Amino acid sequence: MSLEYTNDRSFHEQIIEEVLAAYPEKARKRRSKHLNVVSEGDSDCGVKSNIKSMPGVMTVRGCAYAGSKGVVWGPVKDVVHISHGPVGCGQYSWAQRRNYYVGETGIDTFGTMQVTSDFQERDIVFGGDKKLRQLIDEIEMLFPLAKGISVQSECPVGLIGDDIEAVAKEKAKDLGKPVIPVRCEGFRGVSQSLGHHIANDTIRDWVFGREKPSDLEDPTAGFEPSPYDVVVVGDYNIGGDCWASRKLLEEIGLRVIAQWTGDTSLAELERAPKAKLNLIHCYRSMNYISRHMEEKYGTPWFEFNFFGPSRIEKSLRAIAEYFDDTIKENVEKVIAKYRPMADAVIDKYRPRLEGKKVMLYVGGLRPRHMVNAYEDLGMEIVGAGYEFAHKDDYQRTTSYVKDGTLIFDDITGYEMEKFIERIRPDLVGSGIKEKYPIQKMGVPFRQVHSWDYSGPYHAYDGFAVFARDMDMAINNPVWGKFKAPWAEA
Amino acid sequence: MSGLRQIAFYGKGGIGKSTTSQNTIAALAEMGQKVLIIGCDPKADSTRLMLHAKAQQTVLHLAAEAGSVEDLELEDVLRTGYLNVSCVESGGPEPGVGCAGRGVITSINFLEENGAYEGQDYIVYDVLGDVVCGGFAMPIRENKAQEIYIVMSGEMMALYAANNISRGILKYANTGGVRLGGLICNSRQTDLELELAEAMAAKLSTKLIHFVPRDNIVQHAELRRMTVIEYAPESKQADEYRALAKNIHKNKGKGVIPTPISMDELEDMLMEFGILKSDEEMIAELEAKEAAQKTMVTA
Repeated sequence: MSLEYTNDRSFHEQIIEEVLAAYPEKARKRRSKHLNVVSEGDSDCGVKSNIKSMPGVMTVRGCAYAGSKGVVWGPVKDVVHISHGPVGCGQYSWAQRRNYYVGETGIDTFGTMQVTSDFQERDIVFGGDKKLRQLIDEIEMLFPLAKGISVQSECPVGLIGDDIEAVAKEKAKDLGKPVIPVRCEGFRGVSQSLGHHIANDTIRDWVFGREKPSDLEDPTAGFEPSPYDVVVVGDYNIGGDCWASRKLLEEIGLRVIAQWTGDTSLAELERAPKAKLNLIHCYRSMNYISRHMEEKYGTPWFEFNFFGPSRIEKSLRAIAEYFDDTIKENVEKVIAKYRPMADAVIDKYRPRLEGKKVMLYVGGLRPRHMVNAYEDLGMEIVGAGYEFAHKDDYQRTTSYVKDGTLIFDDITGYEMEKFIERIRPDLVGSGIKEKYPIQKMGVPFRQVHSWDYSGPYHAYDGFAVFARDMDMAINNPVWGKFKAPWAEA
Repeated sequence: MSGLRQIAFYGKGGIGKSTTSQNTIAALAEMGQKVLIIGCDPKADSTRLMLHAKAQQTVLHLAAEAGSVEDLELEDVLRTGYLNVSCVESGGPEPGVGCAGRGVITSINFLEENGAYEGQDYIVYDVLGDVVCGGFAMPIRENKAQEIYIVMSGEMMALYAANNISRGILKYANTGGVRLGGLICNSRQTDLELELAEAMAAKLSTKLIHFVPRDNIVQHAELRRMTVIEYAPESKQADEYRALAKNIHKNKGKGVIPTPISMDELEDMLMEFGILKSDEEMIAELEAKEAAQKTMVTA
């Protein structure tokens, strides 16, 4: 059920020219490479990506630490994550991603806690390794049920050259638990994207490749494999997303042996190589480790998409292709079971949302993955862009977006404001930094990083919530009260 | 405070900076000047000859013990040495850990904020070998040292270092007002050393403040943890340091913006003085050597 429409190519080309005209020459030249109008049949969106942001513009990108601690490692719930360095990085990123989890916080899980080495001047001058050792001992004393400790480096740790790897090795031996040093200093790379990669590499080297003391039992010793074992990779369980997806996968007869890294445990990280198939949700942040598992353990991976019923059905059938007829039959049964529910949601909301135009500016995945969910509700995507995507993301985007769609990479504050002013979309989906300025422009807005404190949006359960939320945003009566009463003529 | 002179000694590691600076300071103290030495080297040996012992209590170690530098009092770190010279060592981490450069910044800020400079005629910074990072450039910038004295010799690497340090001074000359006071040649008895030092000074648009000849008495004094001024006040070498101190004292406000030269220029100059051989010369030499070997073999 694909929606047929095209976007206004010449208008989009014109507004790109308009925003570029405001820049000085050098900036214009650089930014022009990040803006484009996509054509039907293109193999690529035709924009440059994963390049350093320009000084002087407003970018909403994060840093490598944000990518590692905030995205990949943070949700691993039974590991204590140390924000290693001065207090600010940990404090201001504290429990921001709404990665839901099950557990007793402070007892066996630590997801919403903030642990930092709180560097002082003397730690900079004399090095912070001693403090790190002490901190790890304190964590062990306070939280004996923690299954491991990760050390998330902030900038100064890299600048002064602390040997956190040596401390990690020594302490892992002392405690008999993994201690994972992550070199995710914020100054590395151009965005949070490198932090994802670094974090993936530490899973490879310090979880899979961990030197285990001989007296320690193999953590996967009691694991009994089944032919239907899968891992959900790159779902961070924002507002319970992963639970909705997991439920559906279990319903078709698969066994989810790990979910990375939303509501995950260290044991789930350790047992992932036993899976028959890796199902990647966020390709951008976890393709590295999936490729590694493919090379090392021969596990195939597949980028699935559980946003909106048309993509859910497509993905379920594609997943079934990796398994036997039982699963294929189950998939058809499950699709048949849920279709009336999905139709009911569409019947209710589509008349209220039909033809509404949406602009999306999100991280590295949702600008493409969410497209069909909007289209299932009769909505059209006029513009899409990523904060920190790479070339392969833009290649994967072309099959989602329609001819004439405006594409923007690492958009600047100015460009975003101008595009919205000129296009006047009916809905903008982006992050907290964009939310209030855009609402003040009189344009309905939904946060699509945190689901605006709602969710889940994944799978069938999520689609109902998604449709309701989009309707709430767009058809809110507040937008009719924007004109001052005295200005009415 | 207008009369306060702030100077710094820089130079290649091992060139004799600390020895030269302490002897000069001792001579300045003899002249009745009140001097504060700030050692900016993690090794903390910039005040050893004044205190007759290696300083045990450095700013940074005391700060680490107390919790932070804010918990320190000036009296905790100030020591009085020979002829009432005030001595402070910044200190720093053991080799291979932490950030010594940040340590220098921390200590100097602490000393300034706590009034260590009040009542002094001279503040002398003794800085470690090369200006490896921003921290060790601290005395050059932000209107700290007005004049920099580079201790050098006729050795090639010492000249390279002098040129590099001049580049650092040039960088901060416009923003912070720092100037190159001059070169001090601490003789290593290399060929044409005096001439080379003078030529180098001319290239940098500065002058040779003093040529300190080599004398074993320096070594004897040092073994006894003393300056020559204290150990052998009547010696000829003591007079050399007195002359150096006088020259620096007279040099007030006469610093220049240095004109560091390119590597090529420096190498050309060294070739001129026969320190560095040209490619042609080296080839000729090699050929001669091989020819000599051949004749030996045939003989």
